[in-house]
Amino acid sequence: MAINPDYLGREYPAPEAYEVTRGKIREFAEAVNDPHPFYVDPAAARDAGYPDVIAPPTFPVILGMAGSAQAIADPGLGVDFSRVVHGDQGFHYSRPLHAGDLLSSVTRITGIKALGGNELLTLETVADDADGEHVVTATMMLVVRGGEE
Amino acid sequence: MSRLRHADVEVGTKLPERTFPVRRLDLVRYAGASGDFNPIHWNERFAKSVGLPDVIAHGMFTMAEAARVLTDWTGDPGCVVDYSVRFSAPVVVPDDDEGAEVTVGGKVRAKNGDGTVDVLLTARSGGAKVLAQSKATVRLAR
Repeated sequence: MAINPDYLGREYPAPEAYEVTRGKIREFAEAVNDPHPFYVDPAAARDAGYPDVIAPPTFPVILGMAGSAQAIADPGLGVDFSRVVHGDQGFHYSRPLHAGDLLSSVTRITGIKALGGNELLTLETVADDADGEHVVTATMMLVVRGGEE
Repeated sequence: MSRLRHADVEVGTKLPERTFPVRRLDLVRYAGASGDFNPIHWNERFAKSVGLPDVIAHGMFTMAEAARVLTDWTGDPGCVVDYSVRFSAPVVVPDDDEGAEVTVGGKVRAKNGDGTVDVLLTARSGGAKVLAQSKATVRLAR
């Protein structure tokens, strides 16, 4: 089984905008054991110049994972999810996410290549706010491990 | 909370090293918060069936812990402009109360004219380098 190279460049728009909420930010910050006040205390975040609590730097992986799940679920792409390992991850920010953001995102397949019996699939998720301004781009490289067959 | 200023930092400045615990409970909580329910992160039977030594941590959990070294150093987690890592080895998490440990350090490798600095981060667990090419660009206060 191999990834279909014709899918390079294919786009998967998120079916609906993602609303960033105080509750989800708090849940995520607690899950990474990070008690920074800007994540949970709106007054502290506002004192620092933010409109509301902000999200931890890796929070947008939620959008990236949803986008990659859409791509992997596409039967034409040919990815066996049970063989997928996370290879690398990057984020490029125009600004931090904050509670109240309504983010529209599109995930694009930006790389498909073979390497030493494995296949590497790169997915780029671009998230814009309700005004159409760029907020963050999350880039995820997945390693699809080669089979023994 | 005080913020680190660009003028306070030089190329070669070290970030305070920190060690973070990674227990099975942390992985369960992270799975729920992130939506990543891949069984290699919570099901030992499944992890071993796909050739892993035991349950392994989400790479993104390690990436989040490494980010704390960065954001606690700057004082402002909204400072991050770029942050990227390669997951070079798994963090193996045994089924006991101690779990695993990840030790994260870093240093400044460039000071940029636009008020940002480039930082290289390192993360090790059980003698293995678990993050490679781990780098960030952060904006510091003037």
